[in-house]
Amino acid sequence: MNDPNAARPQADPIISVTNLIKQFGRFAALRGVSASFEAGRLYAILGDNGAGKTTLLRILAGLVRPTRGTVSMLGKSDPREACRDFGYMAHPSLLYDEMSGMENLRYFARLYGIQDDARCVGSISAVGLDPELQRPVGQYSQGMRQRMSLARAQLHDPKILLLDEPFSNVDIRSAREMVKLLAHMRDQGKTIFVVTHQASLLDGAANEFVWMRAGEIVNRTPDRKFMETA
Amino acid sequence: MSAPAGITLVTLTKDIRLEWRSKDAINSMLFFALLVVVVFSFSFDPNAEESRLIAGGLIWVAFLFAAVVALNQTWARELRNQVLDAYRVSPAPANALFLAKAVGNFIFVAILEALMTPLFIMFYKLRALGPAWQLLPVAILGTWAIVVNGTFFAAMSLRTRSREIMLPLLLFPITLPALISLVEATTTILLGDPSTSAKFWIVLLATYDVVFTTGCLALFETVLHAE
Amino acid sequence: MKKTFPILGLLTAALLSYALYEAVVVAPREQTMGDVQRIFYYHVPSAWTAFLLFFINFVASVQYLVRRNPPADKIANWVVIAIGVLTCVGGYVIKPLPQGMYPSSVATTGLAIVGIYFLIRKYFSDQETDILALTTAEVGVVFCTVVLVTGPLWARPVWGIWWTWDVRLTSTLVLWLIYVSYLVLRRFSTSGQTPVLAAALAVFGALDVPLVYFSIWFFRTQHPQPVIGGGGSIDPRMLHVLLINWLAFLCFAFLVCWSRYRLERLQRDVEETLALEALLEPRSNVR
Repeated sequence: MNDPNAARPQADPIISVTNLIKQFGRFAALRGVSASFEAGRLYAILGDNGAGKTTLLRILAGLVRPTRGTVSMLGKSDPREACRDFGYMAHPSLLYDEMSGMENLRYFARLYGIQDDARCVGSISAVGLDPELQRPVGQYSQGMRQRMSLARAQLHDPKILLLDEPFSNVDIRSAREMVKLLAHMRDQGKTIFVVTHQASLLDGAANEFVWMRAGEIVNRTPDRKFMETA
Repeated sequence: MSAPAGITLVTLTKDIRLEWRSKDAINSMLFFALLVVVVFSFSFDPNAEESRLIAGGLIWVAFLFAAVVALNQTWARELRNQVLDAYRVSPAPANALFLAKAVGNFIFVAILEALMTPLFIMFYKLRALGPAWQLLPVAILGTWAIVVNGTFFAAMSLRTRSREIMLPLLLFPITLPALISLVEATTTILLGDPSTSAKFWIVLLATYDVVFTTGCLALFETVLHAE
Repeated sequence: MKKTFPILGLLTAALLSYALYEAVVVAPREQTMGDVQRIFYYHVPSAWTAFLLFFINFVASVQYLVRRNPPADKIANWVVIAIGVLTCVGGYVIKPLPQGMYPSSVATTGLAIVGIYFLIRKYFSDQETDILALTTAEVGVVFCTVVLVTGPLWARPVWGIWWTWDVRLTSTLVLWLIYVSYLVLRRFSTSGQTPVLAAALAVFGALDVPLVYFSIWFFRTQHPQPVIGGGGSIDPRMLHVLLINWLAFLCFAFLVCWSRYRLERLQRDVEETLALEALLEPRSNVR
């Protein structure tokens, strides 16, 4: 396994997982994943279907309990304790189809104790959408919906973003804009994890590509060109 | 800080707003309620005297079945687009969500009951011979009894196959004491026999409500996060 | 295990045969009901056994839930101790006790509750507690079914009715319904945390039972119903036969539970081994 960080001074990892194992009955989704991730970097997590990418992300988000192994997120052993510091986004939009974008964000803001609308407006504008748009989210295009979902995920200005297939079925233009936005957020100090099948979108934006296969991390490279050989 | 009461209120208003906009459940439920009343009325056609004896049971069974259909919709919107995940990763307490859903269901079922009752009165030529005002606490406590457990078991059924049938399967045995109390209290009030009183049943319903609301609040978080 | 089980099995078979002999031949013929009354020696011990098994299920479920949460665990321990102390003291202090209860039996019941709770806590790990809950629920449902079948069989020739909403019979029916729904939940659950959901349901069921009892009790005061099953004092010779039958049933229930527990334990061990194998084997790349 290449260690592209060998030349840099080691900072304290913001997230580390040790020997993560997750089994659904006899199916082993994760077979002992151990890794550390540093703050302020954009990690692209790549791999085929069934590699365990989504499971890993869901464990980091505290949605799934690992069968064995530990997670340390910002020093806490239960991700739910660090819930204010991360935002989660998945392929389903995690939004109410019948409400407008602003109404959705206003509601989710309240869950985080955020009372003022300005944060919601800011978040929606940041992803390139119109806060005034009254159209219900269910009628958005997929690109708009994913961007609104991202707005929801980073509404409370979290230190960490966990994004599962954010570009899935999104048109190229929207996807590229999202990547630009993510890189910008990374430059401001956020740590971002993107699980995706479309690795090419993250060329130039990601600090590190994490390759997973059959429930394990098989390689970590700074550059997509160093693809793991079969 | 996210105050739990605030979150409950915000979630409740959001649910009411969404229901008002789509009117999905309301329209179909209203029609279902009407059908239930009509079917029951066709099946039993008593005179005024007899009806007072059986109406208590009939009405509450009808309400229970209508409530189950409503309760099955509790989490429908949250399941679409996996919105529950967004709630679970937020710092909002699980109980705030539970209360919002339970109160929302309560309002919804209460509306159904309010609409079905005049129809029953009409079809069964009902007239309460006892203190009719007591029917109000009976209805409130009884509806809450069905709804609080129903919301909890609806959440439990999210993690099972055959979701729609699991809810009544889990709910009915547990609500039997509430059902007995409801039927008996209603019948006592309708018959108005001065030697009987619905007070014991009202107290029992209140006890049931306190016990199970506490139980639901204590265990809901566990159930919500049981993936 | 290999030796003790057959020995216990033979002993139980002997005990059951003896109990049957006592019930059918030795026990005195009841004055009013005749020989049909002998079903009582089958009906009542089944009920007591079922209730004991359901009680163990309740304790195991509570254990399973509180162990996940250390502060709750400590509180639960103190609550159980308090229950023990209160029943011991209360049995002697509260006068008059409801009919049929003696101070010593109340105290014994209290101590038994405390004993069962802490024994389970000590000797059963998390997984084992769950298996215990499952086992006692299944075997309890079987015994409960026996009660519900023998009840009407007894009632019909003697009192002329198949069923009555009497407190005990109705509470048994509700308990049966609750535990059947418990078993259905276990079977239909797709969650990885089925034991937690089932334990929550068991707790709800336990909360329900006293409420059912009271509601039926008051229902009967409003609507006088025929009394079946007889109450009041019992001929000492009949009591003797009853207790022998109960002992035999308990032994039988213990054997069945042990067997079921072992089976479940083995099944889970096999699953775990297979899962471990799947974990260690390299997976083929899925394209």
